[in-house]
Amino acid sequence: MFYREAGEFRTTYKEDSQTFPIRFDRWRYYFVLFVAICVIPFMVNDYWVNSIFLPFLIYAIAAIGLNILVGYCGQVSLGTGGFMAVGAYACYKLMTAFPDVSMFIHVILAGVITAGVGMLFGLPSLRIKGFYLAVATLAAQFFLVWLFNRVPWFYNYSASGQINAPERDTFGILITGPNTEAWATYVFCLIFTVVSAIIARNLTRGSVGRKWMAIRDMDIAAEIIGVNPLTAKLSAFAISSFFVGISGALFFSVYLGAVEVGEAFGINKSFLVLFMIIIGGLGSIFGSFAGAAFLVLLPVALKVVGVDWLGWPTDIVAHLQLVIVGALIIVFLIAEPHGIAQLWRVTKEKLRLWPFPH
Amino acid sequence: MKMKFATMAVAAVMAAGPVMADLVFPSLSYRTGPYAASGIPFADGYADYFTLLNERDGGIGGAKIRVPECETGYNTEKGVECYESTKGEGALVYQPLSTGITYQLIPKATADGIPIHSMGYGRTSAANGKVFRDVFNYPANYWDGASGAINYLLDENGDDIKGKKIALVYHNSAYGKEPIRTLEELQKTHGFELTLLPVDHPGQEQKSQWLQIRREKPDYVIMWGWGVMNQVAIQEAVNIRYPMENFIGVWWSGSEADVIPAGAAANGYKALTFHGVGKDYPIYDDIQKYVVDTGKAAGAGDQIGTVQYNRGMYAAMLAAEAAKTAQEIHGTPDIDAKMMRDGMEALEITEAKMAALGLPNFGPEFKVSCEEHGGPGLVGVTQWDAAAGTWNVISDYKPTDRELISRLVAEDSAAYAAENNIEPGCN
Amino acid sequence: MSEAFLYTVEVFLNGLMAGVLYALVALGFVLIYKASGIFNFAQGVMALFAAMTLVGFQNGQVPFAHLINATFGLHVTNFGWNLHSVVAVFLTVLVMILLAWAVQRFVFRHLVGQEPIILFMATIGLAYFLEGLADLMWGSEIKTLDLCWSAGHCLPQGGNFWIEDMTAGLGGEGFYGFFIDSLDIVAAVVAMVLVAALVAFAQYTKQGRAMRAVADDHQAALSVGVSLNFIWILVWSLAGFVALVAGIMWGAKSGVQFSLSLIALKALPVLMLGGFTSIPGAIVGGLIIGVGEKLFEFLIGAPFLGGATENWFAYMLALLFLVFRPQGLFGEKIIERV
Repeated sequence: MFYREAGEFRTTYKEDSQTFPIRFDRWRYYFVLFVAICVIPFMVNDYWVNSIFLPFLIYAIAAIGLNILVGYCGQVSLGTGGFMAVGAYACYKLMTAFPDVSMFIHVILAGVITAGVGMLFGLPSLRIKGFYLAVATLAAQFFLVWLFNRVPWFYNYSASGQINAPERDTFGILITGPNTEAWATYVFCLIFTVVSAIIARNLTRGSVGRKWMAIRDMDIAAEIIGVNPLTAKLSAFAISSFFVGISGALFFSVYLGAVEVGEAFGINKSFLVLFMIIIGGLGSIFGSFAGAAFLVLLPVALKVVGVDWLGWPTDIVAHLQLVIVGALIIVFLIAEPHGIAQLWRVTKEKLRLWPFPH
Repeated sequence: MKMKFATMAVAAVMAAGPVMADLVFPSLSYRTGPYAASGIPFADGYADYFTLLNERDGGIGGAKIRVPECETGYNTEKGVECYESTKGEGALVYQPLSTGITYQLIPKATADGIPIHSMGYGRTSAANGKVFRDVFNYPANYWDGASGAINYLLDENGDDIKGKKIALVYHNSAYGKEPIRTLEELQKTHGFELTLLPVDHPGQEQKSQWLQIRREKPDYVIMWGWGVMNQVAIQEAVNIRYPMENFIGVWWSGSEADVIPAGAAANGYKALTFHGVGKDYPIYDDIQKYVVDTGKAAGAGDQIGTVQYNRGMYAAMLAAEAAKTAQEIHGTPDIDAKMMRDGMEALEITEAKMAALGLPNFGPEFKVSCEEHGGPGLVGVTQWDAAAGTWNVISDYKPTDRELISRLVAEDSAAYAAENNIEPGCN
Repeated sequence: MSEAFLYTVEVFLNGLMAGVLYALVALGFVLIYKASGIFNFAQGVMALFAAMTLVGFQNGQVPFAHLINATFGLHVTNFGWNLHSVVAVFLTVLVMILLAWAVQRFVFRHLVGQEPIILFMATIGLAYFLEGLADLMWGSEIKTLDLCWSAGHCLPQGGNFWIEDMTAGLGGEGFYGFFIDSLDIVAAVVAMVLVAALVAFAQYTKQGRAMRAVADDHQAALSVGVSLNFIWILVWSLAGFVALVAGIMWGAKSGVQFSLSLIALKALPVLMLGGFTSIPGAIVGGLIIGVGEKLFEFLIGAPFLGGATENWFAYMLALLFLVFRPQGLFGEKIIERV
């Protein structure tokens, strides 16, 4: 009944190759965008923005970035936390050095700087593959965190090595610092998330994305048919790191406001983002959103149910949370190894014929 | 998908937030994760003291107390979530027991007008109440700790530690770096040699650091550790046969859980403190009677009387006294966060007050004012007696180098004020 | 001999000892990877789980006490007995075998034939699950681990005075002799025995040969009548046992608590270096990483870079090696065909 292509006649290539070729799907997409842009900003308060929407949007950007590298190009990376730290510290240095420049520019520049660092640490990927590469990217993770902790220049010589986001604005609206409005930070991150998703979607279905996927599926074969592994792998590292850097910059400046590198950008962050894309679905932009939503919302939902409704002690709930998240990951993998994105595809297929499957 | 979760959560929050006219003291605790061993007793002590007030006195000034607990796992993101989810319930004061979360909350809470009390941790320069109007860190802060440790060594050595070698073993994080600045300044005055030995989180592996100590043979080792780093450090110190009486930890490195794994050899290890230790206080009879025997003890109820439990109780006691003060100032039992702040700023702890509460000589006497949110910074020293399994106070609360610390606080808070466009002053 | 040289030797020796401990953790990874192609992220958590279970048995803790108390309003914490260490170890091994069975029955049986990354993800799920379960069962406060086989004979702690006394004469007045942790020596011996036993088991027993057959080609092994199910349970049990040993060695030093699960991170560079499929590789890799990071910290890290360099240097060292040998030192040569 839903997602039917019956009655839709496409007469141009452009129409045929659009992202949402089915009208119903397209309208659903516009509807979600409409709600996100025109409804939510007027309804949110601090709690909703700071505990749910900001982490969701920011992690979604990071997941999109990592998905480009892992899901599309097949290069497993565990350095996400370190690259987010690069974005955060680049943003901090820019914010404090050029207070009058708009935050938009700072965040984008932070992404560009991270892209450079990402390319540098992507070089070993030309020699090393698979799990070996995953462990090699951990070198980036640990080294970057150590570096930001060690060199006082990065944290402007503050006594404790913490970095704090000063108040900055864009078009006269405060974006960082304590006195921001909930809707402003939400909209700021939403813009980055939506634009990132659109860019990523268009990159991955174009020639660049096809090269990445050729490398992922079999790199030697790809090389033989004329894909340059050097440019393909390094461009994947650069673009992936660009998004990860943006998410790191937003994570620090808009979401948390104060950051300590070892705690905020440690190895756990790398794992968390990797879980997101695997649970969400490798090689899928929607999967990045779904995975981020899953891992941001589930703990909050479990906490609300366990502590606020059932009145259990907080530590039992925290432990149960781990048990439930772990069990759910396993159940998901057994039921659908390709993540929520695949589940969604299957559901769509079912919905198409529903309620008369035969 | 996303929206479905959202609606579920909306329903959850609406159902979970009934409006009550209680005094709300949220407890951002951590009973899980790498620092659970230190977080559990603190949270138990914090909760038990308020339970005692509810059971024995019917709350504070007639108003019942509610302590919603929220698990942070020492994680800043969860800390933010906890803050946002509890602040709507009329939270009076936040005590996150984490330097990282405190840094996070300082700007947020200041904007929301909710006071923060970071007792013995957090941002040291918050002692300057003219800049940090809503942040308090009485009765002592990290820099007092560093200076207190050096003063204790001066006492030990007849006021002369020139040429002595002192090593600082610290947690390589914002928390661990706090004392460095102060120690470097003190180095100039007193002429000792300072060696810095960072230990990365979590601190399971410290062989290199302790081999270096064994090679360089510093006269004293000061430690700024937390979590498993404490246990490993003390064990390694025992292993290299470092004289334990020359090994001094900050107050976060001096609880039972830190020394017990090292066994009898940890005997003589010293730690700084700003409050009393042990179970030798009349209040414990009341806790037994009203909290433990009625089955209302928090957690497993097996932490009573430990150092961190006492500290949690002390934090709760200071908060309760500040609430009382606030009730007196504003003449109503039903105070809000703004009034609580006034109460904290006018807080005065005297020996008579502490004795009346069943905690005679538990902490230093002090008085908070707008200029001085940090209290007097009196620091004592305790020593571990492994045979008896108790901490004993061996040096009473003594003043620290206030001149130096005030200067450092003024510098740091001025920088913060400039960065955030705050006009320093009292109102 | 000059003191600088002696100190270097001391750091070198301690690096070797640390390396053995890393190798012990890495061994568990290698066992499972070889036999089933699963990169078992949960190995560190298994060590934590095993150590917590051991301590729980020793002290007669009631499992899930906190949950039971919170649900039924009871106050049980302890059975009130203290089990002998040997009995407790035996029971813990049983629990680890049970765990191996459960993992095989409920998780990996359903995932046969999936891609490696999916299997890897499943072990991450397992890691979360076990971590939560361990905390629920035994509580998250720190516990002391003392392993005694008879009264007064426990795992040793502290420096080895005999070595100190023997070597003190080598240097001048300020030289105390080489410091080597007694516990590390025990760990090294245990690790060597363990490796010898594993190699002997794999070479000379029927089950061991079946295990190697599965590692080579599990479909061929299946076709000649080897029970895959049994072999995988066997391998997970062995990994569980290795995890228990690692958990004991690390837990005796630092107490048993959450951070114990992070020792897995120490094993990863070892694996890269030694190759995921080689038991000798795990040992040699462990030694190289242990010595490399300790020497770097001593010679360059602490004096010039401000210290705490060990974490990243281990990975950098492994990375350097990999650039020249992408399959690790002892890994099987990668032959790629299109």
